[in-house]
Amino acid sequence: MLTTLFYILSAITLGSALMTILSRNPIHSAIYLVVCFFSIAGHYAMFNAQFLAMVHLVVYSGAIMILMLFTVMMMNFNEEHKIKKKNYIVFAAVISLCLIGYVLVVALLKAQPMLESGDYFVSGEDYQSIKVLGKVLLEDYVVPFQMAAVLLLVSMIGAVLLSKKDKQNKITS
Amino acid sequence: MLQNILQEIGIQNYIILSALLFCIGVFGVLYRRNAIIVFMSIEIMLNAVNLLLVAFSTYHQDAAGQVFVFFTMTVAAAEVAIGLAILVAIYRNIKSIDIDQLRNLKG
Repeated sequence: MLTTLFYILSAITLGSALMTILSRNPIHSAIYLVVCFFSIAGHYAMFNAQFLAMVHLVVYSGAIMILMLFTVMMMNFNEEHKIKKKNYIVFAAVISLCLIGYVLVVALLKAQPMLESGDYFVSGEDYQSIKVLGKVLLEDYVVPFQMAAVLLLVSMIGAVLLSKKDKQNKITS
Repeated sequence: MLQNILQEIGIQNYIILSALLFCIGVFGVLYRRNAIIVFMSIEIMLNAVNLLLVAFSTYHQDAAGQVFVFFTMTVAAAEVAIGLAILVAIYRNIKSIDIDQLRNLKG
């Protein structure tokens, strides 16, 4: 039952990721990407990582995809000045996809697990509830946590500065 | 509900899934010319890595992997904010975000 669920979720993940890349319209791509993120949140929920699943939904499907959708809508692409894709780029991309996929999958298939599947046991210890995660985050990882706050502040200032209209340029040009 | 999903499904399946998802992301970066789709492909790659981190965090029954995923998400959010701001600035200047037209640095 869980294995079937895993295969269905994986099919949704891979299919929607592929459709993100292959669909012509950027808005359709963004919507397929939302589906992909939802299925990845489903994987997290299957791992019983509840907090991570919720954070993933809020951050990716909520914040990042809304930002991307708004940008796509603001840019208002016109179909006519779309350049024809060169043939050799498609060829090279497909070849490199096949090669990278081949190398990764073959290398990982040949890898031996550290434990035999019979030796793997579950300690039953709680390690991924919000309580434990909060403790780990604010005790062991408190310095990176503060650095993440600084990073977010800097990126916010940078985004505002970059997307502000440059008045100096307007006058000269 | 099982205590640990990996007892039923196995870590190998998650490794293969993440590898395939990462490959799809690489393919998107190489195949598409639209800079926003390239950004989405980068997000797909980041998510593949996140999925593998969570899988191994569950495998080791240790919270450190999940904490790392939180930091990855922070960096991804910052990256998208800055990247989209840069894209908007580029679009304002050359009225296109086709990455083939960004060849000012070619010399």
